[in-house]
Amino acid sequence: MSFLHYWRAMSGIVGRELWRFVTQRERFISALVRPLVWLFVFAAGFRAALGLAISPPYETYILYEVYITPGLCGMIQLFNGMQSSLSMVYDREMGSMRTLLVCPLPRWFLLLSKLLAGTAVSVLQVYVFLAIARVYDINIPLMGYGYVLPSLLLSGLMLGALGLLLSSFIKQLENFAGVMNFVIFPMFFMSTALYPLWKIKESSALLYNLAQYNPFSQAVELTRFALYGQFNLHACLYTLCAFIVFMTAAIIGYNPSKGMMMKKKGGE
Amino acid sequence: MKNNLLLGEQRGALTLDSHAARGNEKISLLLGGLALLATLTSTVQAETVFVSLEKDNALAIVDPVAGTLLKTVPIGQRPRGLALSNDNKFLFVATSDDNTIKMLDAETLKELAKLPSGKDPETFALSPAGDRLYVSNEDDSLVTVIDLTTKKVIQEIKVGVEPEGITVSPDNQWLISASETTNMVHWIDTKTNAIVENTLVDPRPRAVNFTADSQQLWVTSEMAGTVMVLDVKTKQPIKTIKLEVEGVTFDKIQPVGVVIDKDRKHSYVALGPANRVAVINAQTYEIEKVLLVGQRVWNLAFSPDQKRLYTTNGTSNDISIIDLESQTVTKSVGVGTYPWGVAVKP
Repeated sequence: MSFLHYWRAMSGIVGRELWRFVTQRERFISALVRPLVWLFVFAAGFRAALGLAISPPYETYILYEVYITPGLCGMIQLFNGMQSSLSMVYDREMGSMRTLLVCPLPRWFLLLSKLLAGTAVSVLQVYVFLAIARVYDINIPLMGYGYVLPSLLLSGLMLGALGLLLSSFIKQLENFAGVMNFVIFPMFFMSTALYPLWKIKESSALLYNLAQYNPFSQAVELTRFALYGQFNLHACLYTLCAFIVFMTAAIIGYNPSKGMMMKKKGGE
Repeated sequence: MKNNLLLGEQRGALTLDSHAARGNEKISLLLGGLALLATLTSTVQAETVFVSLEKDNALAIVDPVAGTLLKTVPIGQRPRGLALSNDNKFLFVATSDDNTIKMLDAETLKELAKLPSGKDPETFALSPAGDRLYVSNEDDSLVTVIDLTTKKVIQEIKVGVEPEGITVSPDNQWLISASETTNMVHWIDTKTNAIVENTLVDPRPRAVNFTADSQQLWVTSEMAGTVMVLDVKTKQPIKTIKLEVEGVTFDKIQPVGVVIDKDRKHSYVALGPANRVAVINAQTYEIEKVLLVGQRVWNLAFSPDQKRLYTTNGTSNDISIIDLESQTVTKSVGVGTYPWGVAVKP
């Protein structure tokens, strides 16, 4: 199998996903509206909530909307990862997944391409969101927009891999509500996206621990530091490890002889 | 700056020594280049910021470019008002509970004299020529005039109740004293040391400051939440700016420190417990922006090039550094308990 073959397959999958995203105007808008509502409405209500302490990477006092911005970038990627997993289930139901999986390329490569496609879409969404946030006077150092790209790719891959893993468990589209309740919401609320760790610690030690070990928190922190030109090694390693674990599990899950596909078939 | 240059020269000298010892031109060149680089980067430290710490009885010295606290030195009981002489050679600190204003060597911080300021000095002003020091004596409703050559009191001027804000016009024509309880600014002729006129202002005037051209006087009123702009010729207000911050209740907006840039483009007002500094267009008198800083911000000082502004945040125990080109707060540096006054030495 030549390199060109691999490249053609990957660019096809990524291209299809990006094209689908851009042409589905409703999806494009709804992906933006969600974080913007949080920024304009929710954050506005808590404007001065964090005016008391300075925690890295910030060097001075910040308004709540400045704090929440990297968290909302994470939110975009989290929802996008889940959306991709949803579209995998849809593809499977519609049969286009079968077309993809019979392609004479290794399964892990196809899954990785799918993942990259989803990540590319989420990165695009984040940049559009950051541009709107800038107009709203959330000023991130210009270099930060460049530094954040690798961190967005890594966190996008990690959250996408989680979505892939989940999609290998989900039998039907209807089960997506369960993903919302049991994965997205707990992951989002038990993280540093909305409140810093020191603030969580003040209210509950258990929540603090949960938030600390939540891979979504680490992905958000990685993005937060990168936006201010700083590299958070701990968050980077944690996110990378989480990605490897989720991806490996997803590949096993999609293996017809071992994984969940087999069990699902048996169950049908 | 001088020290840094010296340090650079020393580094250069070391480089030459190592060159002689090793006889290796390439290494020497490289080290020489590094020494030059070190000199260049060290000269970037453009100024020193002095901050009086009311509760720590000390003076904090901050490198504002690196954004670090360099050291803290004991200075006397309850230091508040702080000012540098125009030639930057002397530093004056009102040590309120010692009932004196200390005159220090700005380089070594060695105490040179204790000035007879009267009881509980808080705020004071220096004449542009640097020959006189005017002190507000809040408890006695007086302004004490001290001759800095003889270091003696030459006059006591009776003013309104609780004088606080005090300043001298850059053209040395007017000495202004604002009385917090009488709600007045007193126009004192610097030649005769007599009150020429009084202007009624909004309740509890706290700080007063002239524009660089001596044509306007800006007065902050703590209780009214306003800043008034007075015309020096008519001595009457030409504009009263109501300070408002979205999402902050009116009772928290208690303006104190006010500074106006030399081109009279912008003025900056510290809003006390609102934890913000208002950026006002000094031509249109519109509030252009409010910047979030530490808690209970009172006093402000420009960097010598007016590219930065420093704020003392009393209850969050830090100073905030504002970049004036981008009008953003770049850093807040912890300095010690209850920072009060701030002065900047080039």
